[in-house]
Amino acid sequence: MTESEKTAPVLDAEGVSKRFGAVQALRDASLQLGKGEIVALMGANGAGKSTLVKILTGALRRDGGHIHIRGAEARLNSPAAARRSGLVSVYQEPSLIPDLDVADNLRLGRTPVEAFRHWVAEMGIPDLRLDDVIGDLPLATLRILDLARALAAEPDVLMLDEMTAALPTDLVEKVLRVVRQQADGGRSIIYISHRFAEIAAICDRATVLRDGATVGNLKIEPGIEERVVELMLGGKVAPVAGEARHAAAAVGAAVPRLRLRGLKAGTRLADVSFELNRGEVLGVVALEGQGQDELFDVLAGNRRPAAGSVEVDGAPVSFSHPADAIAAGLTLVPGDRAHALLMSRSVRENIALPLLARFRDWGAIRMEDEAARVTSAIERLQIDTRAQGEVRRLSGGNQQKVTIARWIAKGVNTLLLFDPTRGIDVRTKRQIYGLVRELAGQGAAVLFYTSELSEVPQACDRVVVIFNGRVVDVIPAAEADEATLMRAAYGLSRAGTEPA
Amino acid sequence: MMRLLSKNSRTVGLAALLALLLVATKLIQPDFGASGLESLARAVLPFAFATVGMTIVVIAGGIDLSMAAMMAVASVTAAVLMEGASDGQAALAVLGVLALGLAMGTINGMLIVLTRVPDIVVTLAMLFVWQGVALLILNAPGGGAAQWLRDLVVGGVTLPGLPTALTGWLPKAVVFLVLAVAVIWVPIRRSRLGLMLYAIGSDQLAAYRSGIPVGQTRIVAYALAGLFAALGGLSVTMGTGIGEPIPGPYLMASVAAVVLGGVVLGGGRGGIIGPVLAVFILRLVRMDLTLLSVDPNVTAIIEGTITVAVVMFGGLLAVRGMQK
Amino acid sequence: MTAVTVGPTPLARLGRFMADNPLVPLILLLIGLVVVLQILQPGVVNSRWLANTIKVAIPLAMLAACQTLTMLTGGIDLSAGTVATISAFATATLTPLVGAPAAILIALSVALVIGLVNGFGVAICRVHPLIMTLGTALIASGCLLVYQRYVIATGTKIPDFLVWLGTGRTLGLPNGLVLFLPFAALVIWMQRRTGFGRLLYALGSNEAAARLSGVRSWQVLLSLYALSGAIAGLTGLLYLGVVKTPSLSLALPLDLPSVAAAVVGGTSIFGGRGGFGGTIIGALILTVLGTMLTLMQIPEGGRRILFGLIILAVTALYIRLTEQR
Repeated sequence: MTESEKTAPVLDAEGVSKRFGAVQALRDASLQLGKGEIVALMGANGAGKSTLVKILTGALRRDGGHIHIRGAEARLNSPAAARRSGLVSVYQEPSLIPDLDVADNLRLGRTPVEAFRHWVAEMGIPDLRLDDVIGDLPLATLRILDLARALAAEPDVLMLDEMTAALPTDLVEKVLRVVRQQADGGRSIIYISHRFAEIAAICDRATVLRDGATVGNLKIEPGIEERVVELMLGGKVAPVAGEARHAAAAVGAAVPRLRLRGLKAGTRLADVSFELNRGEVLGVVALEGQGQDELFDVLAGNRRPAAGSVEVDGAPVSFSHPADAIAAGLTLVPGDRAHALLMSRSVRENIALPLLARFRDWGAIRMEDEAARVTSAIERLQIDTRAQGEVRRLSGGNQQKVTIARWIAKGVNTLLLFDPTRGIDVRTKRQIYGLVRELAGQGAAVLFYTSELSEVPQACDRVVVIFNGRVVDVIPAAEADEATLMRAAYGLSRAGTEPA
Repeated sequence: MMRLLSKNSRTVGLAALLALLLVATKLIQPDFGASGLESLARAVLPFAFATVGMTIVVIAGGIDLSMAAMMAVASVTAAVLMEGASDGQAALAVLGVLALGLAMGTINGMLIVLTRVPDIVVTLAMLFVWQGVALLILNAPGGGAAQWLRDLVVGGVTLPGLPTALTGWLPKAVVFLVLAVAVIWVPIRRSRLGLMLYAIGSDQLAAYRSGIPVGQTRIVAYALAGLFAALGGLSVTMGTGIGEPIPGPYLMASVAAVVLGGVVLGGGRGGIIGPVLAVFILRLVRMDLTLLSVDPNVTAIIEGTITVAVVMFGGLLAVRGMQK
Repeated sequence: MTAVTVGPTPLARLGRFMADNPLVPLILLLIGLVVVLQILQPGVVNSRWLANTIKVAIPLAMLAACQTLTMLTGGIDLSAGTVATISAFATATLTPLVGAPAAILIALSVALVIGLVNGFGVAICRVHPLIMTLGTALIASGCLLVYQRYVIATGTKIPDFLVWLGTGRTLGLPNGLVLFLPFAALVIWMQRRTGFGRLLYALGSNEAAARLSGVRSWQVLLSLYALSGAIAGLTGLLYLGVVKTPSLSLALPLDLPSVAAAVVGGTSIFGGRGGFGGTIIGALILTVLGTMLTLMQIPEGGRRILFGLIILAVTALYIRLTEQR
């Protein structure tokens, strides 16, 4: 490939911006893609990567900026429009119709059958029948079919979002080979992945996003991992803010509050074991989709594990409903506030909900007792209740506090916090860290997943890092600076320590 | 061949059940024959059209509670237009009623897409609206039907040049049903539009990502339901000779037939044949009970219980499926 | 994403005002309708008219309680009219045979059983409430027809106190209030001050969130539909006293208005919002509207169209209001 060909980009996104309410998700994102190039799009959680992907696929409209494909302004109002502009995407979840067979799915998308068959065979599924119903096929096969369908459409630009996530190793190799061949044949590809090994193997360049803007454009070469991590962190290596803590002294001293052994659930959580003690805040760090959602769901009784065991205070437990988990003292603050709140009800009703959940609490409410508990929880969390009435009118930070206050009012034993500080203001974040430490100080056990790595030393005693559904490292808070965590989260081993 | 059979096991099973029930009917009533078959088919006809229409919206992921009310509108409109009309005028009236059905269905669909109120609420409200419209057109059963139209569904098939014995057992109503479905649904099912209907019912997000115009496809589904409701209403008038402003029990019967016929409430799965066979079975059960001189009201109870049991069983299966 | 304070568009402001003071606009609407009625036919609005309006609105409001409570969870009970009819018919036909107290007990038990069947279908089998209750209504009315054949010879008798309750007047006010006021107070107390009432709102507002808080929704739904059946049965008793002639379609004309009364009264058909207070005003509004339609000689068909459109329009408006995040 000559340099002159690269100078006329096939896809040219410049200054793309997008705002959600008060949150500026994208400020100034740009992405250039030359003919026959594979560019890795990278960014830490919250950097705006998924927003940019949604804009490129037509799921969201951009507020500002330009996107050109082959020199023409791209119209990306819907997936169909994006396709007409020459951009075809393969999504993280297969976008095939589950109740139709393969042939009908091809007809729906007007995909040429022969080309499709060719690519399917190329990627190692020679015995596919066109009358197989999509819903009966394994996930890995579906991802291959999705890719084959996209390739058969012969797009100018192909976007692959975590293409290799659910694939077994042998298929990964074949897919990577095909993708590289495609690029060598002149197709331009946006490759989104958390896996450095794959990026190093097939990509030409990496474009890195941070805080909604493109901060770097690197040529792939040995040692690229460190440069990318640096760019994602923004050059700052935050000093460890938390004081040295000694909660670890409790480890091994008594029966742990929570012990997991070989926990497996769904397609992502493969094999996770760790212990959580009383008085301890155990951080969980993972990139998106490494199995942490399934882990918290299992612990909250919202989902049954496929294998492994959970012990509470040394006794094995099996939850069939969140009520069981709550009875055992495990209470969840889910990642999405919309899943936790009664948006059309008042702060008081939201906080008091767990107090009334059991059948024996169905009678008359002891209003004074309830008011006392609710008020004390509101005060403890400093919830701003000036906007009385429906919870949906509160700010995001105050809504998040309500989801936590609910369990404070009920009485905390073991708190499962899933990314409680995402998208809320700094002051509220501080309050939440303070509260978490305070609860631990009073003997509660806290499991704390966060996508904001700089928080970890402030709130946690230890951190387990999960990658590909497995615990890859356990790091004490004192060593858990952002760079260390980021490397561990990307599955890069830490110098001088063995993965747990 | 085996693959084809196992894929359509539900339909095959239903067909076998129907055959078994027919044999049972013959045992109960030894002189059950062509005329019995004919009256069964004529009674089934409006139910069958309601079922076909309902099946289409359910496949597309919706439900149309206004089905029976739209049939009533079609029935009274046809009866009022045809009363004392010439054959030619009657033919025009039929076309008008079919267009009316399409229009009613389109209104339902557009209200759902534009207001973003769920299907079940919109069609519940429209159930009342169409009921009111039917009452405004005709306050009590009345009107008339052209004789040639009635002849379309009454009696057995006679073909010139063939002895009646050979074709007479086949009720005209069945032929009418098959023709109507073959002319309207089969071409659509075979086209890309048919796939789109299944696609939006199966997985709306995946359908959208595959480039399907989800809103328009939904409106088409409801328009088709309206068209079949018009056919159902017409067949009420054809069968009885008058227009019925109060809708019959077509709504629940069609929902039951849809579920029994293997179309999942929620969409994406199943075909037309299963529900149509199911509706024949449900009607035949009713006829057998009547032949056994069971009180017709008891028959209605049994029928209702079967309906509710089928829907509840379907619900339980869905709950199981979700837990897996 | 992050919910900031809602922008002050007029629609949002109206929505906020309605949510905070749901009864104010409803009462204004009611007064407006009464004024229009007075203009249409001067002199029609007097104390007699008032008593009569209240008398007619009471059974409607009670039946609408079934819709209100089920709608709080995002459900609906379309069997309420049928259940009320059965309860009334059973009471009238059984009274000559077993006496009034036993007849009423039997009637209410039957209503409760139908409610339990609904609850089983909705809570355990997860059938959509609309389909489930429509189905049980179908079966129950079949049973009623069969039952009627066996009791037709025994004659009917309406217990005196039901007649007193339904048609009598004290100090110019209908006696029905003797039943209705405690009933309404109880329902409103339940929805606001009991755990069960709160859980109805919780389920309708966000069933997944309620589940995460430890609520087992099947318990709530099963009890709810049983309760709804019992209320419908009670309504049937009162309505029997009002109409004074048992028939097989006694309370069926109330089915649609009961849904409309709840919807007009500000209870969201998607659940989580509203309450019985609004429903009572809604029932009064519909009763006044009914008088008006009668005065204007609008036929039954026109009424149904109007009620259907009201339900659709109010629901669509709620969607617009609640989407303003």
